[in-house]
Amino acid sequence: MNTHLRFWLGAAALGLLLVAALRLLGNDYAYFAGYFVLQYVVLASAWNILGGYAGYVNFGAAGFMAAGAYSAIVLRQALGLDLIPGIIFAALVAGLLGLGTGYLTLRLKGVYFSIATLCLSVVLQTLVVNWDYVGGSRGAYIIRPREIAPFVSYGEYLFIVMLVLAIGAAGIGRTVEMSRLGRGLQAIRDNERAAEAVGVPTLRLKLIATTLCGALMGVAGAPLPYYSGYLNPEAAFSLAYAVNAIAMPLIGGAGTWAGPVIGAVLLASLQQAATVTISSALNLWIVGWMLVIFVALFPKGILGWFRRKA
Amino acid sequence: MDPDLVLLLNGIVSGLLLGGLYAAAASGLAVAFGMLDIVNIAHPALMVTGAFTVVALGTWLGLDPLLVAVLQAPLYYLLGVGIYSAYHHFFEKRGEEALQGLAFFFGVMFIIEVGLVMVFGPEQRFLDPSYAYTTWRLGEIDLPLRMLVPGLFAMGCIGLLFLYLHRSFTGLAIAAVAQDAEALRLMAVNPVKIKRLAFGISIALASMAGGALVVVQPVEPSSGQVFIGRVFAICIMGGMASLPGCIMAALLFGVVENVTATFFGPSWSPAVAFGWLLLVLAFRPQGLFGKAA
Amino acid sequence: MSTEVLLHARGVGKKFGGFVALAEVDIQLRPGERLGLIGPNGSGKSTFVNCISGDFAQHEGEVTLGGHQLGGLKPHRRARLGLARTFQLPQPFNSLSVLENVRVPLLFAGHAAEATERAMACLEQVEMAGKAHKLPKELTQVEQRRLELARAIALDPRLLIADEAMAGLSNAEVDQIIELLFKLNQAGTAVIMIEHIMRAVTAFSERLVVFVAGRKIADGLPREVLALPEVEGAYLGKQ
Repeated sequence: MNTHLRFWLGAAALGLLLVAALRLLGNDYAYFAGYFVLQYVVLASAWNILGGYAGYVNFGAAGFMAAGAYSAIVLRQALGLDLIPGIIFAALVAGLLGLGTGYLTLRLKGVYFSIATLCLSVVLQTLVVNWDYVGGSRGAYIIRPREIAPFVSYGEYLFIVMLVLAIGAAGIGRTVEMSRLGRGLQAIRDNERAAEAVGVPTLRLKLIATTLCGALMGVAGAPLPYYSGYLNPEAAFSLAYAVNAIAMPLIGGAGTWAGPVIGAVLLASLQQAATVTISSALNLWIVGWMLVIFVALFPKGILGWFRRKA
Repeated sequence: MDPDLVLLLNGIVSGLLLGGLYAAAASGLAVAFGMLDIVNIAHPALMVTGAFTVVALGTWLGLDPLLVAVLQAPLYYLLGVGIYSAYHHFFEKRGEEALQGLAFFFGVMFIIEVGLVMVFGPEQRFLDPSYAYTTWRLGEIDLPLRMLVPGLFAMGCIGLLFLYLHRSFTGLAIAAVAQDAEALRLMAVNPVKIKRLAFGISIALASMAGGALVVVQPVEPSSGQVFIGRVFAICIMGGMASLPGCIMAALLFGVVENVTATFFGPSWSPAVAFGWLLLVLAFRPQGLFGKAA
Repeated sequence: MSTEVLLHARGVGKKFGGFVALAEVDIQLRPGERLGLIGPNGSGKSTFVNCISGDFAQHEGEVTLGGHQLGGLKPHRRARLGLARTFQLPQPFNSLSVLENVRVPLLFAGHAAEATERAMACLEQVEMAGKAHKLPKELTQVEQRRLELARAIALDPRLLIADEAMAGLSNAEVDQIIELLFKLNQAGTAVIMIEHIMRAVTAFSERLVVFVAGRKIADGLPREVLALPEVEGAYLGKQ
């Protein structure tokens, strides 16, 4: 059987299994926690496309994610459109943002792109804080329906939407990895000059990757206002997204589609479990230390470590 | 005089004073990023840490913040030496400084910022020196000492650094390490040692800039974030490794940002920082004051 | 012998700040020609290569390859037009296997479907098929050079620039590489060999160009060029 088909069927089966298990559990909190983990699967997979394959570090995950979240709010305010069109619009806006940032900086050394993305969050936050249409610094409310047919609750609906997005993101990552785009990006990461010399259109591939990366991050953020019912700049631009987007792929194993999935499930579950017991600051602090320790001692992440053992 | 003109003049003068602070923040980065090619994105976070320890020590000892900044600088030098040693051991030596090294400094930045919240709490801290509320006047132009003193302090620090880099043997070696590590080896100088020393100096400068920062404005753990764009923009505009270029870019930057704040409101100034950075990267990556490649 | 021109460089020059690295170089190359390019360190050989290959986006003068203007084209576009190069220091894609290294150019040259077979064929040409699944860091010096050549061959080049492709190799290994270059040349590829190893240059080249201080000072048959007093004085005398 075709490996692509096998992946999609397996992912769909796993997804259905998850939905069934959560229904049996019948706990609203489980949907809430599940969504939390899955949004990070999307975010980490998105980061991995540019960071893992091409070796270009995007520090602006929070900015791209917030761009997605606020795109969804704008679309709702302007046209009264709901979650699904919001996600599509978010992909468009955040994708263009990625393309623009990439276009302006990617002709230079990679660190300039990283620095630009680092400032991007700060500036987008300034813009949103000054933008009354989306609530400015006070934030915006979204009144979400209690339930939506045929789902048992709106929580389940959001969970399933995010589940589909997560499977999609992992699948896109996997497709990139197996396509010539992925090979080209790996060649760029290893040696950009040599890649160019053997006919790899490096700038074009990098721009495709930044656009894809930005769009997926926007997608990860689009349901956020629906998830929390209220969104303010502080929450949307939270540093937690920026650090997790980098830590999860690197800890799981950057440059493989499964790495970010593993890292996200592991780290997000840990954080979800830990918020109950320890403060959120300590929580993030631990993620920071894990990131530093992993890149120093296990630069290939968990997957790489297992592969070496095998 | 026309009130708008007075406003503009004052905006320019206090922009220049603010630029002095930015120069202090960016000069340390010019050493690390410009000369050593180490993309230390944690530099502003270390500066803010310096500001917090200045507040803590200054309050405890009852000393002037700038004096405390000088006194604590050796400790930050040692911290910088430690950070570089780890960076060199785990990344530079393995040739993995690009992706992993960036992630490392990002992690360090994050640990520092969250650590500050845990130790000092998320609220603003300040330490007013005795001259904080004195303002000299030159005709229509205000010269608040709260801005003037740290600006001069910063210029003094950068001046000393400049002399050190141009007059001493080790200083010259630091300037050379960026160009050609191999030549240093031939001179029997260990480039790693030189880089360790230089990175220590860079962090010591960050902490002194933190002292200047706390005189100008209250600080909070996340204050470093808005400085990232500023210091990198200044460093790149200044031509990376050039201290005079760095000062010029910082002063220009301070003026533009301050005039923007005067006429459009202070919340727009970070957008100015980022806009400048992008424009410089897109059209003049060798910097405004650097030589064309 | 054809009078067709493959590569035509006219008035090529490059300045770095005020320093003139290369000035007014004219070189013509016929299809299938074997040209040796020599000169002391800093004489502008590498600068010339970088102008041709597109590493330097801007330079004086103009270059055409098979009638196509190269000016303003990025290196990857030039590679597609049939210009391949090797680097002074081998530049493999370190995380990819030897086979994948050679597949990369094929994927982007319209041969995605049969990339693996073609890559194996290229590896066989340089006698590296047995190492297809090794990583570049597991290869010896000469094997890394062979990999560079295989990657260049994959582009199906009309012109190969071998930039010091033999530096650091033993005598026997130098002979192996020369043999490979001859094989490639017989298949129709023109070769510019930039080399300090005079034995290799004289054995391989049918024509010799000498650069000194950024200028072309001689161009002709190897025997005649090497006998010129200015060549001896500027270059060979100093060795």
